[in-house]
Order: sequence, then C-alpha cells, then structure tokens
Amino acid sequence: MRDLPWPAKVYLIAVIGAATILIGRSVITSGRLVAPGDLGILLVLALLFLVCESMPTLLNVEQFAVSVSFSAALAAVVLIGPEGAALVGFTAVFSVRPGLPLIKRLFNGAQFAICGYAAGWVYQGLGGVSGVPGVNVFDDLIGPYAAATGVFVPLNIMLTLTMIRLATRVRAMEVPLRGMVQFLLSYLGYGTFGLLVAGLWATVQSISAVLVLLPLFVARWAFGQYHAQQRSYDATIAALCQAVETKDYYTRGHCTRVSLASSMIAQEIGMGLERLRAIRYAGMLHDVGKLGVPTKVLQKEGPLTEEEFAAIQLHPMRGLEIVRGIDFLDEAYAGIMHHHERHDGKGYPMGLAADEIPEFARIIAVADAFDSMTSDRSYRHARSVEVAVDELRKNAGRQFDPVMVAAFARALERDPWQPPRRVEPPPPEATETPIKDHDDPTRPIEVVSGP
Amino acid sequence: MTRALQSLDSGQLLLICGAGLVAVAGVAHTSAVGLDRPEIAIGFGALIAVGELARLTMPGNREVAPIGAAAALGYTLLLDLSDNPLRHTALQVVAVIAVGMIAGALPHLAVGRPPRLDAMARRLLTGALLAFAFRPLADPLYQLTRQDPPTWWPALGVMVTLITLTLLIDVLIAALLRAEQVRTAFRVAVRDEINMAFPLGAAVAASGVLLALATHSMDLVALLVFAAPLLVTQVAFRKYAGIRATYLQTVRALSRVTEVGGYVEPGHSRRVSRLAVAVGRELGMAEPELLELEYAALMHDIGQLSLSDPIPGGATVLADPAQARRIAELGAEVIKQTGVLDRVAELVRRQCDQIAEDPPLSSRIIKAANAYDDLVGGSADRDRGGAALERLRLAAGTAYDPDAIEAMTRVVDRLGVHKL
Repeated sequence: MRDLPWPAKVYLIAVIGAATILIGRSVITSGRLVAPGDLGILLVLALLFLVCESMPTLLNVEQFAVSVSFSAALAAVVLIGPEGAALVGFTAVFSVRPGLPLIKRLFNGAQFAICGYAAGWVYQGLGGVSGVPGVNVFDDLIGPYAAATGVFVPLNIMLTLTMIRLATRVRAMEVPLRGMVQFLLSYLGYGTFGLLVAGLWATVQSISAVLVLLPLFVARWAFGQYHAQQRSYDATIAALCQAVETKDYYTRGHCTRVSLASSMIAQEIGMGLERLRAIRYAGMLHDVGKLGVPTKVLQKEGPLTEEEFAAIQLHPMRGLEIVRGIDFLDEAYAGIMHHHERHDGKGYPMGLAADEIPEFARIIAVADAFDSMTSDRSYRHARSVEVAVDELRKNAGRQFDPVMVAAFARALERDPWQPPRRVEPPPPEATETPIKDHDDPTRPIEVVSGP
Repeated sequence: MTRALQSLDSGQLLLICGAGLVAVAGVAHTSAVGLDRPEIAIGFGALIAVGELARLTMPGNREVAPIGAAAALGYTLLLDLSDNPLRHTALQVVAVIAVGMIAGALPHLAVGRPPRLDAMARRLLTGALLAFAFRPLADPLYQLTRQDPPTWWPALGVMVTLITLTLLIDVLIAALLRAEQVRTAFRVAVRDEINMAFPLGAAVAASGVLLALATHSMDLVALLVFAAPLLVTQVAFRKYAGIRATYLQTVRALSRVTEVGGYVEPGHSRRVSRLAVAVGRELGMAEPELLELEYAALMHDIGQLSLSDPIPGGATVLADPAQARRIAELGAEVIKQTGVLDRVAELVRRQCDQIAEDPPLSSRIIKAANAYDDLVGGSADRDRGGAALERLRLAAGTAYDPDAIEAMTRVVDRLGVHKL
C-alpha cells in the first residue's frame, strides 16, 4: 500500500468505499442482505466461487490466467439477486492464494461486489426474475442473463486494468487487439457456466455445480499438461539444435539467435500466434541439414570446386528431409528449404526471386545473415549491430527482401539485440574449425568453375 | 480397403462385426416402428455427428470423440423433455448413435481420411451397452422423479453407477484390443488404458449427465450451449495431444541428424528405438516408461555429434569401450541441456554399463538393441539375425542383460526383423 502512487491509492479507496456503501445501503433498506432461505444457496455458490478463484486456469490466450469464478457470481444473480451476487463476489477476499496481500484481497472482493451489483440490476431491469428458476422458464432467462454477463465481464476487466495501470504506471497493457477480442469472447463464453448452474438448480441443486465444474477441471488439467509439454518441447528442440552445432566452434547458439531474430521480424510484420510459433521452430531448425556437408569442405582454404559448392547448396534440402516428419505448418518447411534464396534470384536451391520466395524464407534469410555478421568467425571479429544492419540495408533488394530488412531494423530499435559473447580463439588441439561460413553475406563463398 | 481389413486382427474384426450387427438391428427396428419424438433424435444425432467430426487422436494413437460420446450419453440418459416423459427404446438410441457417427465420419472420408473402424465400433458398442442397460429403467426412474416432493437422487445414482460400469467395460475392451495389437501384457494394457481414459471419461460422463438433465429442465434449444464445458475440454485435449505428437515426431526426426552427418548407418536410430520399445513392451513396461525408453533409444548416439570425426561405420559395439562410454556421457550431457529430460539423459548415460554396474532396465535394453542393430543393420536376413543373437547371448550376464536378450529373441522371432 505504502509504495503505491497516490492516484492508485485514491482509486483503491474509492473502489473499496463504493462497495462498502452499496452493501451498507442494502442492509439498511431491507434490514438484511439475503433471505434466510437463500443462505444455503449462497454458501454453495460462495464455495464454488472460492474454489475457482483459488485455481486460475491458463486457458487458450497465453497472456491471461482466466478464472471462471465469475460464473458463480452470475449464477447468484439469477438464484438470489444483486445482493447475493455481491456477497459471492466479495468472498474473493478469502481466496486461497498464499502471499496475496490483504489490500489486494480487499480490492478484489470490492470490485467483484460492485460488478455483482451492476450485473444484478441489469438482470432485474430487463425483467429477469431472481429466485430458483422452475422448469420451462429457461427461454425467459437467456436475454437478461446475457445482458448481465455483458455488463459484469467488461466492468470487471476495466476495474482491474485501471488498477494495474495506476499501480504500475505502464501504458495500457500491450496486448494485440486480436488477443483481446479472443479473450473477451472466451470470457463471455465461460459466463454460460453460471447459467447452467442456475438453470439446473431446481433439479439437482448443488450437484449442478459439480457437473459443470468437472469437465472444466479436467480441461484445466489438460491445459496444464499442454503447457508443460510445450515448455519441455521448446527446451528439447533448442538443446538438440545446439547439439548439431557443437562441432562448429564458432556457430554455437546460432540456431537460437536466428529463431529469436526471425520471430522479432515476424512479430513486427504482424504475424498471428500460430505462424509465429512455426517460424520460431523453422528458425531454430533452418540449418540442421548442415551436418550433411562434409567437414573438409567447410575447412577448405581458398575457393571451392563446383562439386564442393553443390554439397553446401544441398544443406537446405537435407534439412527439409530431416524435419519433414514433423507436423508443422507447411510454411515452416518452405522457410527451411528456401532460406538461401536471394531476392534477385541468384540463390539456392531453386533460384526463386522476390515474391516467389516464401515469406518464412525471406524472414529467416535476414535473421540468418544478421546473426552471422554479428558473431565472431575464425577469419574476423564480430561486427557491431549498426554495421550489420547497414550491410543488410545495402543488400536489400539484391540479396534480401527490403520489407523484411526494414521490419527488422524497426524491431531492433525497440528491442536492442544481445550479441553473442565474444568467442575466445579455440584451443589449439581443436584445430579443425571451419573457416567458411555460408551465411556470411560480406564474404561470399568463392567457387572456381571448370573441371 | 482389403489391405485395411487385413491389418486388423481377430479381436478388432469381432468388435467391428458386433457393432455392425447392433447398428443394423437398431436402424432396421427404428425404421420399422418409426422414430419416437424425431426432433429430439435429430438434435442429439446432429450433436453426435459434430462430435464425430471433431474427433481427435490421443497419445498412443487412440482415437476419441468426446463431444459425440457425451451427446450419445445424454440421449441415452434422457428421461423427459420439459416434463413430458420420453420413451425412446434402446434400439432407437443405437440407431441415432450409428447414423450420427456415420454422418460425422463422411466429411473425413471425403477429404481422404478413412475411418478407424475399430475405434468407431468401440464407441458405438459402448453407447449401445449403456442404452440397453439404462433405457428399460427410464420409465420407472421418471416416475420416481414425479413423486412429491420430486427427487432426482435415485435417477442420478443409477446414471452414475451405470456410466461407471460401462466405462470400465470399455476400458477392458480397449485393453484387450491393445494387448493383442501391440503385444503387451493384459494387466499392463489395462493400467495404461485406465490412466488414459480416466480424465476424459470423467469429463464426458459429467457432460452427458448435464446434457440429459439440462434437456429435462430446459429445452432442446439449450443443447448446444450445454456442450460448452465439454468444448473447452476438447480444445484442451486437442492441444495436448497435438504437442505430444509433435514432440515425438521431432525427437524421431532430429535423431536422424547423426545419420545425415555420417556418424551412423542410415535408419540406425529408428531401428534401435523400435526394437528397444518392442523389447520393453515384452518385458511388461508401461507406456510412460516406454516413451522414455523410446526417446533414449532414439538419441542414444547423439553424443557422437560432439566428436570431430565420425567413428567408421558408426558401430559403437565395435568401438573401444572408453570411446563408447565417452559418447554416452556426451550424449547424456546434450540431453540434460533440455532441463526436462533428466531421466532420459540418465538412460543414455548408462547405456554402456556392464551388468555388474546395475544399470536401469531401459539402459540394458538399449545396449542390447544397439548391439543387435550394429551387427545386423537394416538386413532382413534371418540367419544373420540368429547369428547376432547367438553372439549377444555369449555375453549375457556380463555385458548384456539375459532377460533383455531373451525378450529380444522372442520379438525378433515373432515379427521378423523387417517388420519391426
């Protein structure tokens, strides 16, 4: 509390005060908050609310932990009325989240209570009747209930976001609009659970809550498993790609950095989540075929023969061959296969030009060359980020897609690049360091033609 | 189609025939006597079709259709619609399930994804089983709910009991099929199937009961809304199954970099992993262990990437022991980098251990499988396989685990090397 900026303090007190006044007014005008007959329902719903509130569920939108607790408050709107909803919401104060300071608990409880009141009034204002609904009145419930949800959810989000904004002084959460819309829709969708609980109350009372919650908890478990597997997968793919690079002393960490740079560009040009993930993996895996290039070719001093160069040119296809068994987006394959095509059509393996080159490949090409230039090589030291970007710009339109180069430059201004640590010259016993880097645009591989 | 049929074993064929007969009986009877309350049948049938359309494949190549199963469950358990009792027979339930499933499978067929007949047959039979058990009780149970005061507890109790029993039978059938299909011990298969079926089964059962009760107190309109909790579950499981599949594919794919780099013979990692998994199964290992074994077997040579020069031919059984041990250590180091596959790393690290050092069973299996493949390679020659086994048997008890060698002999005998 003490370290909060003063606008946040004022806001906090205002919210808690408003909730107190609302509850106080209800007590004074009607003499009590809920009818004694509704106490049982209130207790069950409060319990339901607490259980959900204490276990926020990671649902489809990754930035947010959604808890479906609010559907219990909405069920209370139908079953008991505004006061009941407010009381159920207020139990957020007691949620089992160790380490949550009292002031935050109070704020949570207060804002849920306010939302409960607002939703309740809207529900009753539109002709919704509070009380256990009988059989066959379901159709009359839907309209007012939907309106109540439509008030509760945005109000809840607004109150919370304002608090976060005032307390942390960051700009309004930087969430892409699409994510926000998806989030709102799924939140509204979860509101239906409250309707289910309320609608079934007449038949099986509190069991309805169990029936609704059981699939949700299973879903929560499965989402948890999914996220664990996803993290584990990311770590595994990174470790395996690094293993492929261990042989080459200078390119260690190349794959992770290309993956990062590719996703920066992709984000800058506004790719969706699914494609973003695919390009991260494509960037990571773009050079796995390099092991197929014989070490002696990479170590050869001076120009290569055409055959030797052909061995280097084969590596994107080799890479594709390896990863083809993995169910990625097709774009990821295309990105791996064509990441050495050039904008002017002089690249390999197919000699595609400009727009013929798949988008993923154009992105990876820029990221790949950039990391090569900003890393140490046996024949030169790493260049600075500025020099490397200039070099990319100089080659834009010839080797690189100007759009991607521009996007990358913008992304770099926002998120500064962390160049790899300076590589100490390898110990003398490891003499076999490749002296060619096929990714380095400033030092193209020389090829002698002829027999 | 004939090839698809040939790949089925006798248990599956029996199951499919049974399901076919039940479905024909249901449809024939229903078309003879007519549909009772067609609009309800169509509503639930449509939901079953949607569920079939949205079926997904869980780890271990298990096909499930949770939404369809819940809808079938809901239709079976339906007692009344807004206080009008429903008297559809078990045969009608079967007909609705069968028609719904076929309708949902057609779009899959149209885009060239043939149906998994055995999985569909199991789903249909499970639904039919519950229908035949529950429908005769529907009317008495409905009368109970009409008492004063109305009570739903007996109905609920019967529903939960019958669902549990049906799920158990379903698990047993699945385990029987699996035991036959992948040659694992029945009790291991039962344990695997229960672990797999429990979470999804609970969600489906709850949603099925929810659907039935919802249709009682509200109307058919609410049918789609009430599938909402299950929809969330379905999304979650689809993502989970997706990442599990991608994970396995990725490790399988990347295990090939050693081949592309010329460190090992083409196909070595994959053959070793297949043989190792088959041996592990023969020795009664359960699925989570088998997955770790498969990962470790796929990546057992990954340490070679840290060597500057490939060992000629990559045959680690012929390399000197110190070298082999170093490859194992380096490989374990790589796998440990992931931070999550520590147990797999340990299996890889100990793949060269002598029996006296008491390595884990999976490491012993990998050691034996690796040696076998180093000697036999991709060859399908039975004599060569026999000679290799003979050679390994000489070192059984010192270098190789005798049980693993025995199990491997059985596996190789049964499947033939080429069919692994």
